[in-house]
Amino acid sequence: MKPNLILHVVAKFLIPLIIVFSLYVQFHGDFGPGGGFQAGVIFSAAFILYALVFGLDAAEKIIPSQWLHMLAALGLVLYAGVGVVTLLLGGNYLDYTVLGATQIAGQHLGILLVELGVGITVGAVMLIIFFAFAGRGRT
Amino acid sequence: MGNNISLLLVVIPLIAAPIVAVLPRGRLPWAVALLVTSLCALLAGMQLWAVLHGGVISYELGGWAPPWGIEYRIDAVNAFVALIVAAIAAITLPYALLSVEQEIPEEKIPLFYSALLLCLTGLLGITQTGDIFNVFVFLEISSLSSYALISLGRKRQALTAAYQYLIMGTIGATFFLIGVGLIYSQTGTLNMQDLSTILPEVLHLKTVNTGFAFIMIGIALKLALFPLHLWLPNAYTYAPSVVTVFLAATATKVAVYVMLRILFTVFPYGFALATPVEELFMVAGIASIIIASVYAIYQEDVKKLLAYSSVAQIGYMVLGIGLASATGITAALIHLFNHALMKGALFMAVGAIIYRIGACRMDQIHGLGRAMPWTFAAIVIGGLSLIGVPGTAGFISKWYLVTAALEQGAWISVVVILFGSLLAVVYMGKLIEALYFRPITDSGKEVTEAPILLLVPTWLLVFANIYFGLDTELTVGVAEKAAAILGGGNP
Repeated sequence: MKPNLILHVVAKFLIPLIIVFSLYVQFHGDFGPGGGFQAGVIFSAAFILYALVFGLDAAEKIIPSQWLHMLAALGLVLYAGVGVVTLLLGGNYLDYTVLGATQIAGQHLGILLVELGVGITVGAVMLIIFFAFAGRGRT
Repeated sequence: MGNNISLLLVVIPLIAAPIVAVLPRGRLPWAVALLVTSLCALLAGMQLWAVLHGGVISYELGGWAPPWGIEYRIDAVNAFVALIVAAIAAITLPYALLSVEQEIPEEKIPLFYSALLLCLTGLLGITQTGDIFNVFVFLEISSLSSYALISLGRKRQALTAAYQYLIMGTIGATFFLIGVGLIYSQTGTLNMQDLSTILPEVLHLKTVNTGFAFIMIGIALKLALFPLHLWLPNAYTYAPSVVTVFLAATATKVAVYVMLRILFTVFPYGFALATPVEELFMVAGIASIIIASVYAIYQEDVKKLLAYSSVAQIGYMVLGIGLASATGITAALIHLFNHALMKGALFMAVGAIIYRIGACRMDQIHGLGRAMPWTFAAIVIGGLSLIGVPGTAGFISKWYLVTAALEQGAWISVVVILFGSLLAVVYMGKLIEALYFRPITDSGKEVTEAPILLLVPTWLLVFANIYFGLDTELTVGVAEKAAAILGGGNP
């Protein structure tokens, strides 16, 4: 691929911003618009931009596809695991109240963890889909 | 702990699915899946016992009280269907080991079992939940994973079949969702129990009627009711053997359950009778039985033959629903259970033939019955059950169907049910003729009996076919209770 200075510089400038924004959407999701799904998509967009500008091989070096599979599974386990923890603490499934000292603290912690799980899985699956399509025709 | 069973049935396979997906290659993913499905079958049995002895179980997800939160609500109807799904999954898994190792590329095996567990999660979720939107969510979970499972078939046509099912299934699910949305707009609730109290007041509204129609068409697509069955034969034919066994015995059954639930629990019992739906079901059921059976006779591929036969059998269930009496619903539920047994056994036996010769076209299986006597015997007994010979489970279903039809004086239905059995004699006879009475082909001479690991689950289902043909306490007893819940006793 022919190096293109403007693209490289702009991409390197934008990627951290996109990631920070995705983290904002992720962790601000319980106060404002946002949440795990949107954050996961934005997060993966940063990597997709990197792959578009620097090539697929460079992107796969940063985040190998085995990791992506692990992450995709991890997010779901985190989500369902929070439910199991609430179950073990004596509440109903996904009844976050039992997670914290007060109801508000518990609900807050629960939704944060569950949304984090959603974010991880969505981000990873978006990248798996991208790599699967972009990698078609190679080996 | 008692109430938690209903939840664990869904959560255990849900958590196991991602874990299985990242396990190393080898037999570990299979072992975990086997453990999980056996556990689910055990839990489903305990749940049915608890419901029969302790009454309705209600579980509030997240501690939010219904109708605001999602509620799992288990009575005899869904406990019965959940047991069918979980038990079939548990019997399929031991069978899966060898068959999957042969049919699925090694690197995809962990993902295969992961998708199978997700499909199980979805199907069990549909049976457990008391929230109509939640039904849609689980419907999508089970459907999406089954598209992936079907596409893993070894022939290229598996991809087209999966794509066809994807399109049809998505239309079905979308129609269901549109219907749910329309009803929600008029009632403001998604809880089935709550809907059943609010809906009678708004039944005269066009929106509600339209919603009802959308939901019925959506589910009819999912359960492959004639003439919306076009996705089913290809999907069953080209899917890997294990997937065919699992889906044929569970997926359409769960769709039948959803239809019963919406017709008789969500909407008040008399509502469906006042609409043309019941007549439509009768007509569609009758058309299914005759046309699909005739199609089955002309199939050259054994799996496709059985798939068309499945469409016909769904016709029997829908006919039972269409009769709209307590006996009719009982018959539909009994057939739901028995059909899972017979088609499970038949598809397993055919899968054993595929395991040995890699194909199952009529001209390739000539004379194989003598080379594989146990597999052949399983097909014969499964076929007898399909036809409805006394002493097999199929007879019980047909008996109750005919009784229900006679009660209503529906002579045409009686004739169709019996004629359908005759057609089953023809297509099963054709299969048995090819397997036993045709001279064996040269390549067939080296074929040996299927491995014991494939035969044991097959014969487990074959024995179940005979057992439930003689002892009907579980099937008929539970189905009558379930029908009483759905029908409120009398029509």
